[in-house]
Amino acid sequence: MTADSLAADNRAVDRLAHLRRSPLGGLADRLAAGSAPGPRGVRLREIPYLAQLNLRLDPIGPAARRVAEALGTPLPDRTASVTVTGALRVLWLGPDEWLVVGPDGTAPGVEQTLRQVLGDEPGSLVDLSANRTTLELSGPSARAVLEHGCSLDLHPRAFGPGHCAQTTVSKVQVILDQTDAEPTYRLLVRASFARYLADWLLDAMSESTP
Amino acid sequence: MLLIACPWCGERDETEYHYGGQAHVAHPADPAALTDAEWGEYLFVRANPKGDFAERWLHSAGCRRWFNVVRHTVTHDITAVYPAGQARPDAHTEVTA
Amino acid sequence: MSNRLPTGGRVDRSAPLRFTFDGVEYTGLRGDTLASALLANGVLTVGPSLYRERPRGIVTAGVDDPHALVQLERPHSEPMQLATTVELCDGLAAISLQGRGRLDEAPDEARYDKSYLHSDVLVVGGGPAGLAAALTAGRSGARVVLVDDQPELGGALLGGGREAIDGRPALTWVAEVRAELDAQPETRVLTRATAIGYHDQNYVLVAERRPDLPGGGGRLWHFRARQVVLATGAHERPLVFAGNDRPGVMSAAAVRSYLNRHAVLPGRRAVVFTTGDSAYATALELAAAGAAVPALVDTRPEPPAALVEAAGAAGIEVLTGSVVVGTEGEARLTGVRISALADDGSELTGPVRELACDLLAVCGGWSPAVHLWSMSRGTVRYDEQLAAFVPDSAAQAVRAVGSGRGRHDLAGCLSEGLTAGAEAATAAGFPVTAPVVPSCSGDEQPAPPRPVWLVPGEEGDPSTWRDHFVDAQRDATVADVHRAIRAGMRSVEHIKRYTTIGTAHDQGKSCGVAAIGVIAQLLGARSPGDVGTTTYRGPYVPVSFALLAGRERGPLFDPVRTTPVHPWHVRRGAVFENVGQWQRPHYYPRPGEDMDTAVWRECRAAREGVAMMDASTLGKIDVVGPDAGVFLDRLYTNGFAKLPVGSARYGVMCRADGMVFDDGVTVRLAPEHYYLTTTTGNAAAVLDWMEEWLQTEWPELRVRCTSVTEQWTTVAVVGPRSREVLAALAPGLDVSNEAFPFMTVRHTELANGVPARICRISFSGELAYEINVASWYGLAVWEAVLAYGAHAGITPYGTETMHVLRAEKGYPIVGQDTDGTVTPQDLGMAWIVARHKDFVGKRSFDRPDTSRADRKHLVGLLPVDRSELLPEGAQLVAPGADLAAVPVDPLGHVTSSYRSAALGRTFALALVRGGRDRIGDTVLAPLADGRTITATITEPVLFDPKGTRRDG
Repeated sequence: MTADSLAADNRAVDRLAHLRRSPLGGLADRLAAGSAPGPRGVRLREIPYLAQLNLRLDPIGPAARRVAEALGTPLPDRTASVTVTGALRVLWLGPDEWLVVGPDGTAPGVEQTLRQVLGDEPGSLVDLSANRTTLELSGPSARAVLEHGCSLDLHPRAFGPGHCAQTTVSKVQVILDQTDAEPTYRLLVRASFARYLADWLLDAMSESTP
Repeated sequence: MLLIACPWCGERDETEYHYGGQAHVAHPADPAALTDAEWGEYLFVRANPKGDFAERWLHSAGCRRWFNVVRHTVTHDITAVYPAGQARPDAHTEVTA
Repeated sequence: MSNRLPTGGRVDRSAPLRFTFDGVEYTGLRGDTLASALLANGVLTVGPSLYRERPRGIVTAGVDDPHALVQLERPHSEPMQLATTVELCDGLAAISLQGRGRLDEAPDEARYDKSYLHSDVLVVGGGPAGLAAALTAGRSGARVVLVDDQPELGGALLGGGREAIDGRPALTWVAEVRAELDAQPETRVLTRATAIGYHDQNYVLVAERRPDLPGGGGRLWHFRARQVVLATGAHERPLVFAGNDRPGVMSAAAVRSYLNRHAVLPGRRAVVFTTGDSAYATALELAAAGAAVPALVDTRPEPPAALVEAAGAAGIEVLTGSVVVGTEGEARLTGVRISALADDGSELTGPVRELACDLLAVCGGWSPAVHLWSMSRGTVRYDEQLAAFVPDSAAQAVRAVGSGRGRHDLAGCLSEGLTAGAEAATAAGFPVTAPVVPSCSGDEQPAPPRPVWLVPGEEGDPSTWRDHFVDAQRDATVADVHRAIRAGMRSVEHIKRYTTIGTAHDQGKSCGVAAIGVIAQLLGARSPGDVGTTTYRGPYVPVSFALLAGRERGPLFDPVRTTPVHPWHVRRGAVFENVGQWQRPHYYPRPGEDMDTAVWRECRAAREGVAMMDASTLGKIDVVGPDAGVFLDRLYTNGFAKLPVGSARYGVMCRADGMVFDDGVTVRLAPEHYYLTTTTGNAAAVLDWMEEWLQTEWPELRVRCTSVTEQWTTVAVVGPRSREVLAALAPGLDVSNEAFPFMTVRHTELANGVPARICRISFSGELAYEINVASWYGLAVWEAVLAYGAHAGITPYGTETMHVLRAEKGYPIVGQDTDGTVTPQDLGMAWIVARHKDFVGKRSFDRPDTSRADRKHLVGLLPVDRSELLPEGAQLVAPGADLAAVPVDPLGHVTSSYRSAALGRTFALALVRGGRDRIGDTVLAPLADGRTITATITEPVLFDPKGTRRDG
């Protein structure tokens, strides 16, 4: 992905930026107020408008190789479920399914590039950028907060940077992507559930940040 | 709360899955060629063994893949997990919890 | 504090705590339980028994007490708490209960939460065996969790005093182990945490009490462990003799615990009654603490000489081969009656001797706490030597150690714990060897007990022994067990249910095995092992619903889904309705409007002007690939492979049994790209269904399905004037009927620059459009539609109006007008069922049942009284039906019912047997309130049956 193509994409977004509303745009103050620094601290914020392209194709076909070349990284598999290339994160979702996540506005450029290399191979590429928003939960207590409602084993021995998982947090399906060891987690959540999940996280955080 | 090992995502709680009933009940290739009794058998009749049972599960909150599980209907011990489309493994190897 | 000893105990004498019990003020100490504080104040008696109102007293020092139920009023209201487990705090207030508590009507301010935690090794029980297990396992580097139900670790050692490890007091060793565990980075210790359930694949639920929280509360831990070590200890058993429920009859181990842990002397003149060695320590320590101990009654003819000698040295007379046969006193024990017992236990021999005392410390033997083991599906076996049910074979990755499996000496408990901890860690992938067992003293391997399951009464026979209590909490006696057996019951499970033994608050923790012993005796069985145990079920201790609910209450009860337009709906004052997890506007009342008025107004706007609805909740699925058309052909009853690009088609999906499963409109966006919509409630189920067929039956099809439900916000613009609104909203689009015909799709840029996908489809029979935009523009586009429609009086409408509009047209709603037993033909949609292709469910239409002529058909109903509204769900019968018959012969039922602005009257849809052959007939709806509504059966399409309005 070149910097030029990403910049070109952003211009189209800028033109309509004043019309956009993210699912949690109205909650920024509450998310900030519910966050706390310190050795037991935890922070919550929305990262709105991330580009998200759902890619499905045969993982061992020629198209997969072309996609990997175009992205500049192999498509991740179940063991190392996230690869990072430039500003893009490629998340493994299933044996023939990935989510390419990038900065706001990059979806059209990435889509165009991938569609070209896909060619006539059977597969699908679906822009889901508006389908989900992203909550970022970070800080020393972030794992404990998630453990209030996530039955996944999040201990560093079992899950860490470079891992993602589709699972549930308080009954809400999320894509969980750990981005650093502090720890910092991204919770990619369908827009309709975002408000509930944010409320739930704030409530769970209130135990660590009285 | 069963712990089921999705062939793709690994061990997850039962609540991430949907149950899909008996495995290896193929949709008849030519339903029109079946008698009413045969079609009724396909629609409504399933095994209900006391013991090992091959059944389908969908990892609905995860990778959305259907797969098969051999589960003991009394002890809930799961002795095999294998992708959809594969034959039921004959050898039942012990799986420790 | 008449009974508090001047020194000793694990209580903080610098911190007196005031509390009240039954309204009387007392003082206790930090470290007390409510029970120990009451005993310190000379209060032994708690609430009377449930049925016979007999006085009852504190018996044990833990979760197995059968009597000491209290209602906590402060610091927070909690019913049905055991005084023996309530930690004393300043200002505590409690009242005694007679078997039943009551819920406080005030809101519970406590914070209950839950957490999931995984571990390599989970150790349950913080006594010597559990500590040893956690210590070794923790040294391996494995992730270890140790849970214990007490405020501090040590288990039975907390109630002891003479035990030593490596030549030092055992509690010093406990403190050192605790320090080491705390220093292990991957070991976690939870106190005040009771394991309450053991489920499949080592899923263990642990209830943690949180008195540190301002309003109280707790946490339910969901543990998943690779390996479990159960070091749950043992419960001391009561003995069954006449008057064994008298206040002052206590567990010998509890007496010892109160002495050593709380520095409380529960009685001044004590008799000890035992079947084994362990109660000798109680007798000796009572004497050492200043109590008179005139006698120790041992069922064994020849107890170990060393013990008899030690007792004698303390001035205690040991009565061997003897039993307590009765008690004296009213509200409190004043004396006991003692007799020798025949070798076979069948009769009393020798004269009865009376001894005055105010305390009888009883040890009927020890029952390992096999509850969790048993819940894990591990088997138990009866050990004749130990006279106890002990863990036998494991069904999961679990080990039982210590007194929880019948090992009662300290060295043995440590040895088993150290070994099990090493084995568990090694099995979990963290190899480690057990260290050498330290030297122990003060708690040796006991000599075999002589169990006595039923002390014969001085008079009568078992049928008359109504003061021999088996389950005191249920007031169930030997006479009750005798009656059950005389009624023909042999199985312990049957006798339990007949007598209710073991079903009270304590679930038989102390009395369960004793009851089995009585049953064995009365049945003439060789031993309790021949009778077997009842099933142990969770929870191990009672837990509150508030703990189980955790934070999933109020607004967090269940996920709530909203659309991007939701904030506008709220501002506009919409009344919401739950549709699955979605919150959808039901209607938008103007000031002074009720629902009927608002819906009437919204319906008129859609039929006469223009109206708009947030349809974003519809399920949306992108179906992509060369075989997408073939795939949809196989799932829908009608064809999609030949649908032209840019066109839309309504489709119905059936299950293999031919019953309608879902419906919706699908658009072909490109040769290999379909955009499919589902009903709001079925979105996930339809996607699962599609994946099921693709993955399990047709993996050769090159098709991929992706949910895009929230990618798109959908605004429906409906009504004769919708075209002019769209023309203004989408200036670049030719909206003429010719250029943009019904059931087609167009892509355009709206006046505000937002790219839109617009479908000309209608769920109302009116000219209508559905505008789809990327959902982050949803609110802006909604407001734009509102602005461009303002001059035409565009009216937002909710789900109720949507239902009325579609019902007037006879359009069914899957899940409302269908219930999984309805075919497309039943709905009058034979036209949508293709003849020349196969699809899922087609074969079922040839089944005799689906081709019956008298199946229930979807029809319209017009109440004869044009203003009368049929209730949805109302049953329908033919005129003249015999309403007194059981059952009444039903014709069908009402599925949808509304007031129609367009028709100027009420109407309904109904499923009626042979309904299409009854058009024009009259049916009756007899209602629960006594009214009977008469209605006429009609075709289901009541408004614009020729479809003249669709093109505007």
